[in-house]
Amino acid sequence: MAKIVVVTSGKGGVGKTTTSAAIGAGLAKAGHRTVLVDFDVGLRNLDLIMGCERRVVYDFINVIHEEASLNQALIRDKRVDNLFILAASQTRDKDALTEEGVERVLTELSKDFDYIICDSPAGIERGALLAMYYADEAIIVTNPEVSSVRDSDRVLGILASKTRRAANGDPPVREQLLLTRYSPQRVQKGEMLSVEDVKEILAIDLLGVIPESQAVLNASNAGVPVILEEDSDAGQAYQDSVARFLGEDRPHRFLQLEKKGLFGRLFGG
Amino acid sequence: MSFLDYFRSQRKRSANVAKERLQIVVARERATRGGPDYLPELQSEILKVIRRYVEVDQDAVQIQLDREGDCEVLELNITLPDRH
Ligand SMILES: Nc1ncnc2c1ncn2[C@@H]1O[C@H](COP(=O)(O)OP(=O)(O)O)[C@@H](O)[C@H]1O
Ligand SMILES: [Mg+2]
Repeated sequence: MAKIVVVTSGKGGVGKTTTSAAIGAGLAKAGHRTVLVDFDVGLRNLDLIMGCERRVVYDFINVIHEEASLNQALIRDKRVDNLFILAASQTRDKDALTEEGVERVLTELSKDFDYIICDSPAGIERGALLAMYYADEAIIVTNPEVSSVRDSDRVLGILASKTRRAANGDPPVREQLLLTRYSPQRVQKGEMLSVEDVKEILAIDLLGVIPESQAVLNASNAGVPVILEEDSDAGQAYQDSVARFLGEDRPHRFLQLEKKGLFGRLFGG
Repeated sequence: MSFLDYFRSQRKRSANVAKERLQIVVARERATRGGPDYLPELQSEILKVIRRYVEVDQDAVQIQLDREGDCEVLELNITLPDRH
């Protein structure tokens, strides 16, 4: 039986797809059979971030509508063993995602995989609700910024009340915070909410902090999940997060300014 | 306070202001969460009624649903302005 993990946030553009790709690739590298499912129907992007956009023939909606089998639709990653992608549809309307269809596909995937990573669309509409509904675990991607934190809190409310686990009275969805696009420099200047501020407001466990990094854009340009850029700051922060996700205890890095520039040294911190 | 410290303390405020605003809005939104879907609307209608008689703030009406055994208790907290 697979663990179903939703990567969600409420707000758009905070790093859900970047995170889904990185965490999925990290879990697969650690030897777990992992499938990435793009729930962002109409705005699919996970295939681009994973660099497999030209290999998409059938997608999630085709499988739901039984126009293709899962085996036909699953794309095997060429770099990492054990990693597969199920792309979202580019054209169909959002109602194409049906509750029964999603449940059937996830149940079928559960037999073959250890982890199913659901990349949620933004918002709290149908696609986002369905991505959350079947989850066992949730990674709440949040930027240190007011609207993102507020939206994350709303999403936490939904996870607690409108999921299969809530409906069945099962133990709640495990919720972990991933703070992304973090800039220690701006935090130090008092311009950006700190990791402690966000932890205090959302009051959930911290999975990791991913720094604002040029490496993310470079990796997405190349279609490589940033976690495979092993020397980059963001890549290493994602590696730490995957290790923590798998139960390892690792200190948080990239929370402080590494080196002080000339200006910082002259004027103090 | 030096010139630079002045600017630094100005900037410090923006993250602090963000945190305080978030704490307030999140607390308010959590209070009606999990309850029936009509709670937010009920809250705003009560506010409208109160405002026919007294000028009160947007957040003057706090509403909370508590469960006590089989019983649901709707707790209403209305803050009136200071008399002067
Ligand atoms: N840690 C980061 N540092 C810099 N840019 C980032 C980081 N994480 C995400 N981004 C950028 O933010 C944008 C939105 O990311 P994406 O993963 O598509 O968000 P979402 O799926 O939540 O809409 C992309 O341009 C991505 O490159
Ligand atoms: Mg996305």
